[in-house]
Amino acid sequence: METTKSRADEPGSGYEGAKLGMWFFLITELLFFGGMFLLYSVYRSKYSQDFHTAALEENLLLGSINTVILITSSFTMALSITAIRKGNKQLSSLLQAGTMLMGGIFLVNKYFEWSAKISHGIYPDSVLLLKRSSGEILFYGLYYVMTGIHALHVIIGIGVIGVMLFFTRREIINRESFVKLENTGLYWHFVDIIWIYLFPLFYLVT
Amino acid sequence: METDGSHITGYKTYALIWGLLLLLTAATITVAQMHFTQYAVLISLVIASVKALLVLAFFMHLRYEGAFLKGVVFLAIIALTAIIGLTFVDVWYR
Repeated sequence: METTKSRADEPGSGYEGAKLGMWFFLITELLFFGGMFLLYSVYRSKYSQDFHTAALEENLLLGSINTVILITSSFTMALSITAIRKGNKQLSSLLQAGTMLMGGIFLVNKYFEWSAKISHGIYPDSVLLLKRSSGEILFYGLYYVMTGIHALHVIIGIGVIGVMLFFTRREIINRESFVKLENTGLYWHFVDIIWIYLFPLFYLVT
Repeated sequence: METDGSHITGYKTYALIWGLLLLLTAATITVAQMHFTQYAVLISLVIASVKALLVLAFFMHLRYEGAFLKGVVFLAIIALTAIIGLTFVDVWYR
């Protein structure tokens, strides 16, 4: 723990405002995902047996690997901010690139998971799925929507970190001015938190 | 504590939090294999919330932010909890 003075300390730098704005945006995101978590919990309480049966079919290994990957990518994202604030541009760039890479691996695993399901005929509105009980249809509907929208957030996150990496290389982001990178980190960690809840709800609680 | 963004979290602190998050992930998977059917949902949600709190406090730096920002985030979490809680009052006693 060390303290340094930077441009962010000066009044009127826009630093506090930029961060507050990001947090407000994340709160709208929280309520957006919250609506889907609400649907999940109500349907789970109504069709607990069907949800139990359906969750058993989830690929626990892939889900666990993806959890570890996403947590680790959050770790490297946080480290990249410490690195830039200590003036280590090289290390920060490397950590940002590593975060993007892990986001990419997460999506590749998701691709395998989804394509395995789709090849088994389990996808929204499929003939096989519609033959199942209504609770299982709801489970898979929520599964595809929630993990799909989460994956979309991962894709957007990778893109934004890519821009930050460019800014870091160009020294637009530097040890004095780093709020863009910090806000990108906040977004990435938020996406990690959503997954922290999706993982037990879809893969563990059987 | 500093509220002006002057606090830099050290590499070691982040490494410790990362280790804790991995441990909690292992714990939640292990507990799920034990089939405490009745309490399974509750236990995994508690572990997930501890993980989320660690991410919020350290990775998202909330621990070092001012009271206003902490309050705003707290209010949002309370609002979401209330929405879900009140919906369940309706679902259960309908």
